[in-house]
Amino acid sequence: MNAYRWFGRSWLAMGYFFLYIPIIMLVVYSFNSSSQDMIWRGFTLHWYEALAGDDEIIAGFFLSLKVATLAATCSVVLGTFTAYVLTNYRQFTGRALFKGMASAPLVMPEVIIGLSLLLMLVGMDNAIGFPPRGLLTLVFGHTVLGVAYSAVVIESRLKEISRSLSEAAMDLGCRPYQVFFLVTLPNISQALVSAWLLTFTLSLDDVVVSAFLTGPGYSTMPIVIFSRARLGLDPRVNTVAAITIAVVSTGVVLSSLYMARAERLRQKEISAAFRH
Amino acid sequence: MKKFSRPDWLSGRTAVIGIPYFWLAVCSLLPFLLVLKISFGEMDASGPFGTLVSYIDGALAVRIRLGNYIYLAQDDLYIIAYLNSIRYAALTTLICLIIGYPFAYFMARAPQARRGVLMMLVMLPFWTSFLLRIYAWKGMLSNNGVLNNFLMSAGVIDAPIHMMNTEFSLMIGMVYSYLPFMILPLFTNLSKLDVRLIEAAADLGSTPWSTFWRITVPLSKSGIIAGSMLVFIPCVGEFVIPDLLGGPSTIMIGHVMWDEFFSNVDWPMASTVTVVVILGVLIPMGILNKYQSGDEQKL
Amino acid sequence: MASAESGNFSGTSPNAAAQDRPFLQINNLIKEFGDNRVVNNVSVTINKGEIFALLGSSGCGKSTLLRMLAGFETPTSGEIVLNGKNIIADAPYHRPINMMFQSYALFPHLSVWDNIAFGLRREGLAGDDIAERVEKMLALVQLASFGKRKPHQLSGGQQQRVALARSLAKRPQLLLLDEPLAALDKKLRERTQLELVNIIEQVGVTCVMVTHDQEEAMAMASRIAVMSDGVILQIGEPRNVYETPNCRFVADFIGSVNMFSGTVVEDEPDHVVIQSAECSHYVGHGITGTPGMAVSVAIRPEKIAVSAERPQQQHNCVSGEVIELAYLGSYTVYHLKLAGGTVIKATVGNTERHGACRPKWGDRLYARWDDDAMVVLTR
Repeated sequence: MNAYRWFGRSWLAMGYFFLYIPIIMLVVYSFNSSSQDMIWRGFTLHWYEALAGDDEIIAGFFLSLKVATLAATCSVVLGTFTAYVLTNYRQFTGRALFKGMASAPLVMPEVIIGLSLLLMLVGMDNAIGFPPRGLLTLVFGHTVLGVAYSAVVIESRLKEISRSLSEAAMDLGCRPYQVFFLVTLPNISQALVSAWLLTFTLSLDDVVVSAFLTGPGYSTMPIVIFSRARLGLDPRVNTVAAITIAVVSTGVVLSSLYMARAERLRQKEISAAFRH
Repeated sequence: MKKFSRPDWLSGRTAVIGIPYFWLAVCSLLPFLLVLKISFGEMDASGPFGTLVSYIDGALAVRIRLGNYIYLAQDDLYIIAYLNSIRYAALTTLICLIIGYPFAYFMARAPQARRGVLMMLVMLPFWTSFLLRIYAWKGMLSNNGVLNNFLMSAGVIDAPIHMMNTEFSLMIGMVYSYLPFMILPLFTNLSKLDVRLIEAAADLGSTPWSTFWRITVPLSKSGIIAGSMLVFIPCVGEFVIPDLLGGPSTIMIGHVMWDEFFSNVDWPMASTVTVVVILGVLIPMGILNKYQSGDEQKL
Repeated sequence: MASAESGNFSGTSPNAAAQDRPFLQINNLIKEFGDNRVVNNVSVTINKGEIFALLGSSGCGKSTLLRMLAGFETPTSGEIVLNGKNIIADAPYHRPINMMFQSYALFPHLSVWDNIAFGLRREGLAGDDIAERVEKMLALVQLASFGKRKPHQLSGGQQQRVALARSLAKRPQLLLLDEPLAALDKKLRERTQLELVNIIEQVGVTCVMVTHDQEEAMAMASRIAVMSDGVILQIGEPRNVYETPNCRFVADFIGSVNMFSGTVVEDEPDHVVIQSAECSHYVGHGITGTPGMAVSVAIRPEKIAVSAERPQQQHNCVSGEVIELAYLGSYTVYHLKLAGGTVIKATVGNTERHGACRPKWGDRLYARWDDDAMVVLTR
């Protein structure tokens, strides 16, 4: 039995090592004073200073932030519609097509999504002179991706909610739209937040669709990083990575702790109720 | 006897269905139809939107130019790229399965309290930028990168091993990026596995090895399929990883499409490739859907 | 007000007895799901203030019927007339009907107080009125200090009381109960039965409940409707349905019954004799039938007396071997195997502590019953 457990532990350890070693290297070498290679030459904060003066990356960052916020919000709204329709309406003409279209962005390679959306937008631009390629098209493209992902997250939560809750609400005097806002929405709030965060991250990180749909002067951060990475190694990219990792890790760890604590509290309350 | 049609209070339904339907039609259906149309055309002065249907001299003419498709079937480049994509995707899926299955298995067997932390540690890289992590491997595998420097300073090798822009670097990048996608569904599936089944098998005289192959693996079939699909299908169309970590010998179909579009500015050609790839993706997707709904029916 | 000691507390409360006023009229209600006719031309009249039970096993259509009353299913055809108004086309939120769900369906994101106030807020009542009504409801179900709690902080029984309070808060004209006691464990069930009935009668609301548990129906309802396959077989007070079932199904469904098949050999206005394989039955009243007609004779186990000595009577007695014997404290159950192989069931109350007649397995016993103990059934 011992050998078995040993095997398991070492497999997990090696797996985690594999997953984290590049990330650790990224962070470590952001402090490296060499600029051309990955030989450790000494600790320096030089690259962080350089980052602060790097207008291209900073502009890209703020653009990405803007696009991600807008795209995430639109994705969650439209994703909620989609998920609601898929959960509550079991039969309507073209349901199979609807379902297919809703899950298509999940399986299509991004190059295809980017290409086809761009062709459509160019066609629209030629025909009616709208929309210009830039912020609007970026948000549009990211929303297309985001709706597919949010719909999945929200649908799985909607399915968990018992139908009798909506019926009870109607029985007590709620019209269908009131049922949604007063009963359904509060109960899926956590899923909405998850969906928002998921699509926000996806948008922030997106390269391919952004590359297709962007316009002149609208380089998102991933596009900037991608073009630099193609050319070679740039320690400023390491610094971006280090900061990203720090922020994300803090966020993930904090939220995990928070959720674990909330769950423990809830379990205590439930067992306390049954002692009465 | 009065017969009733649907009551009024259900009619708001049309609007609720209509809005997402319209959105989906605009972003999924319309672009596809447009791409299909363009693939039948050719690049001319006014752009790629050559006329498909025209009304000349009282005659309705539909011109479907299959030239692009014929070219596609004949040119080696595309065929090689398709086969490469499928080959690398399959290889990635297999390796992810081999690494990921034991990983998920041992995660699922860990004590309940620790499972959450283990899961979080797997998902954490996922939330960090995908692009940055691929870039990290560039730093690791370059001639003047971390791995080579480490090996040289340890005296194992004299000159840097050329690892970048090879199949090796490409595979490492792919496996690295998609491993969490394999682990997640496997873990979900395996953690729901009833431990009592394994205990029952042991009680009936089965060795751990045999129990694993006869009970655990078959029961986790749906997890294996889900994970494999989650890895294989996006892998086929990957662009960033082959671009940053791959080389001229590892050309994949995503790259071909990108080049046709940006480098050659041959939009109809790019569209043609797109249509073929879409169809090639729809089939595995259809299989997956059927399998999932068949699974649901069985339950 | 009906109290627990007055025996038949499930009986009609003093008010209802005085006015047997039709309040809810269900006319020719039909519900089809595709080819499947789940509710088949059901017509019922329910009186004001009574507790009416729809009793049947799963799939008989009772839940569908209840949901049509609530408005969650649209009937294929028929009428539902509540207090003179046909509400068949009304949406659930327009009907003066409230339902207590089997799963309680308490809103998990709202406190107990807000759950109860939910329906009142939809009506647009003033804040003070709402507060007053909610407090009254909490007091009614004895959860006065639980207002701030959330549903997951309550036990099953407490959740049920909140669900009840919520459904009564709007003072509906009709209260619907969907398997009210199904989610409770056995001990809690008995206590809750009484409490529920007390509260409903205190409020005075007309109530329709659905259940598959016949004890629950008989204990709580003033009238029962036995349903099977989308059709109502019999409606009546618990006593009538039990003692005078109108068909084999009802006789078998409620309580236990011994069924004999026989033919009418003597048909007189004041008595009937039916010959079955086991014995001849002398029924002390006339039936609408003809000699030679095939009928069933139903006898409840508690109407059968057992003895070791052969009884005097010629009809209405059989003898058999004790193949099963269960001493259940207040009564004993005997299973007697008769000559032809039929097994009958008899329950005898243990009225004496050290009774004289103490049969054992394998003993030969005689079972007999009175002229009026039988029910003759033709279907």
